[in-house]
Amino acid sequence: MALLELDRLTRHFELSPGFIGRHILHKPNSHIKAVEQLSVSLNEGEILGIAGESGCGKSTTCTMLSGLLSPSGGDIRFKGQSILDLNAQEMKEYRRSVQMIFQDPYESLNPRFRILDIVAEGPRALALWDEEEIIQRSLSMLSSVGLPPQKYAERFPHELSGGERQRVGIASALVMEPEVIIADEPLSMLDVSIRAGILDLMRNMQENRGFASIYVSHDLSILGNVADRLLVMYLGQAMEIGPAQEVIRNPKHPYTKALISAVAMPDPTKRRDPPNIRGELSQPIDPPPGCRFAPRCPYADKSCNDVFVEMNMDDVSSHQVACHRLKDIFND
Amino acid sequence: MSDTFIVIGAKAIKRGFVEHYEIINSNVLSRFGFWVIVFFTLVAIFAPLIAPYDPWEMTYDSDGNFAALRPPSWEFPLGTTHLGYDLFSQLILATRTTLLIGIVSGFISIFIGANVGLIAGYYGGKIDEVLMRITDVLYGMPFLPFIIVLIALFGRELEFIILAIVLIIWRTSARVIRAQAMSIKQRQFIQMAKARGASDLRIIYRHILPNVLPLLLLYASFNIAWSIITEASASFLGFGDGETISWGGMLYELWLSGKTRVAWWWFASPSICIILLVTSLVFVSRAYEEVANPRLRRR
Amino acid sequence: MENPEILLSLRNLGVVYDTAQGPVHAVSNIDLDLRKNEVFGIAGESGCGKSTLIKSLLRLLADNGRTTADKCTYKGRDLLQMDHETFRKEVLWQEMSLVPQSAMASFNPVYRVGDQIVESMQAHKSISRAEAIDRAESLFDVVGLEPGLLRSYPHEFSGGMRQRAMIAMALSLDPGLIIMDEPTTGLDVLVQERILRRIREIRSELESSIILITHDIAVIAEMSDRIAIMYGGEFMEQAPTLDLFEKSYHPYTLGLKNAFPSIESLGTELISIPGSPPTLIGELQACPFSARCPFNGELCATENPALIEVSPDHLVRCAYHEKAPEFEKRAKEKSTWLC
Repeated sequence: MALLELDRLTRHFELSPGFIGRHILHKPNSHIKAVEQLSVSLNEGEILGIAGESGCGKSTTCTMLSGLLSPSGGDIRFKGQSILDLNAQEMKEYRRSVQMIFQDPYESLNPRFRILDIVAEGPRALALWDEEEIIQRSLSMLSSVGLPPQKYAERFPHELSGGERQRVGIASALVMEPEVIIADEPLSMLDVSIRAGILDLMRNMQENRGFASIYVSHDLSILGNVADRLLVMYLGQAMEIGPAQEVIRNPKHPYTKALISAVAMPDPTKRRDPPNIRGELSQPIDPPPGCRFAPRCPYADKSCNDVFVEMNMDDVSSHQVACHRLKDIFND
Repeated sequence: MSDTFIVIGAKAIKRGFVEHYEIINSNVLSRFGFWVIVFFTLVAIFAPLIAPYDPWEMTYDSDGNFAALRPPSWEFPLGTTHLGYDLFSQLILATRTTLLIGIVSGFISIFIGANVGLIAGYYGGKIDEVLMRITDVLYGMPFLPFIIVLIALFGRELEFIILAIVLIIWRTSARVIRAQAMSIKQRQFIQMAKARGASDLRIIYRHILPNVLPLLLLYASFNIAWSIITEASASFLGFGDGETISWGGMLYELWLSGKTRVAWWWFASPSICIILLVTSLVFVSRAYEEVANPRLRRR
Repeated sequence: MENPEILLSLRNLGVVYDTAQGPVHAVSNIDLDLRKNEVFGIAGESGCGKSTLIKSLLRLLADNGRTTADKCTYKGRDLLQMDHETFRKEVLWQEMSLVPQSAMASFNPVYRVGDQIVESMQAHKSISRAEAIDRAESLFDVVGLEPGLLRSYPHEFSGGMRQRAMIAMALSLDPGLIIMDEPTTGLDVLVQERILRRIREIRSELESSIILITHDIAVIAEMSDRIAIMYGGEFMEQAPTLDLFEKSYHPYTLGLKNAFPSIESLGTELISIPGSPPTLIGELQACPFSARCPFNGELCATENPALIEVSPDHLVRCAYHEKAPEFEKRAKEKSTWLC
């Protein structure tokens, strides 16, 4: 059984056209359809990467998974049980088991807390252990992430570098002993030369503690390096999913193909062809029905507005593509 | 392990003191202001011991004459009133009243203002609307008629004066703290606290409050200053506490006596004290303002 | 005599900030001969001094910053001695322009984009509004934006479009040198690809040189003719792009190459460089990278090495550059970097 299941997860936001728009011009509300019918599962011990550009819904998905936002439709199940109807106590259990690591190391730490208090905050808020044990575990967790407590426990966030702050963020998530970690672009605001160190840390932690993780990023190179499976999203819909290295080396969906071919490479001898894609990235506001990539797809036809292929979330090993015209395209 | 805990705790407190010390010492004006406040506080605490006479005591000079309306001299350093009351003693004992009312009103008003601001700012929605409507109503309330009504109904008691001042003063700090709470609420470390499982109350008081603290201290200082001015104004107009004297009350007595043009020493000392204390509080507030708004800091 | 092929010539350029903690040598010992029509990439991470270098060239330094140089000339004219008025009227924007990082903050939200571009043109050169609008329209065409968008407001543009508008503004007075500070950081992959492709395409039409500053090694590899690696305010290594990637001499360069994942080689282990950048307070008597360098030797702590040419047009600042082949081998192993 999968650890975490996203079953046709959907999230819409309503945008009011403003006072004049609504009452005088009688405009209807517009809808930002941030996430649409997303079905994917996460298994024990695996790293699921989610790739996509801005507006694809990956951050909204993370927010829903961490319980900070409720879905408009669909379900999220943790160990078979839906998290949408949990009572306060059950929600606490869930919060403990599913933890999040944030993108911005400069903003995600409370500037008025000492480092030790930041790490200890989760266990304190949920009253997991008594105070002495909480401090003990926090100090040893600081040590595990490479921040010797004698030096770091009493400092304030502004005294630490970006990489050190991110380690604090990781420590504060892991001290709760979660079963799932959701990492939302944890490296993008760090210097290149220290990213590998943080990545290594996360990988080691995972091997030692056995949690599963969802890793969200726009950086395909990192995802290819880290993830077991990779999900590609566009404007709220899942486009392709499969084993990470397979999806990157052998992309099948036209969007994934364009994305991969656009990634710059640190090798001046390689020349790339321009990606096969038209138009500009838009917002998922009142999107057309069917496949949302159709307006930019070089192979789209009218049927693309009527059909959208949903992924089978129970099939966790194969390479699935949300395109009903694949056979036709390959024959072109 | 518990030793580490104690050590960490003690260091934190010491760090707190050091932080405040640094803020106050950051410039000449606030240092000056701080010591003025300390001075007045000491005077207020030791008032009965320092004041040579009772404020309502008719004094006689060394020759045995009734010492009415005397300018400052060795015997009566700040002069006397038309009824022979020693102004030096009056001033010292009035310091106690003024400071007491000022500090108590200041603290109560910031306590109310901060809590209202935090709760309204964090929860938003209906709670925010209700609390802000209440604040707006009080903004519309004119101070003087309000205090007149209170005094008329309940008498010139210290408690009602404090009540009247608090009710007027808490509004500004509430609005400002609400605004800051709303902006802090959006920041990512609050999201993180929620994700870690913190309850609403915990987030407000454990996570948001420390970040609002510089602003809060700034307004605490302001509130004390405003309370003092408000009390002085009320007393000057005759709505002060009936039993004790305050600096404003001294000015009221002066005005009642009709000797304003003649006895310059009588209005000099309380006026100077009011101006001095309020300005000192403002100087110290400015030092905290630089912490609350880092952009004001010099390089 | 001044080589007419050299546009910008710098010798021993340095910038010092006077701070409460002491003088901060944000930039030191910069030597550069920028050629006409070349793209010169400067690669470096946060704190390496690249922003300071740009501000120094464009005279945008804060009050407490001072620039010193043995030589700082543009097309033969001395930039250091030039007075502000001349600089503003003749050099700024007409000869040297800037595409700043984060175009979001660079456009005033209450004015139309077209008006802002026209205004910037008119501030530096006397042309009529009609001429300016004409030029703006053709520039938008060049960067791939619809001319009608000139009448829109910044918030109506997406991130990528704003960046392109910024590039158009930088091109408006046909400068000889365009400085691009992290031009595609924060933009989506496909947008970045399009913008970089466009820059490459218009390069051949323009005769401008570009100084491209970024921390993204992949972008620099794709765009630059020559690259300088900047660390601790100084150039650590400088070479034509192909040379630099084929054979690197400086340990920091080797470290950067290790740390950068490539979509081509997915399985390779990424290795990071432990430690953090130096604080640069006070004049440095050692190699700025020595604290983090796994090949730290005796000479490294005692003197700051000079830039030495190790092969044609390839310069390195390392006392042990002769050991580079050995360093290159050892750098590939993770254990080397774990100190």
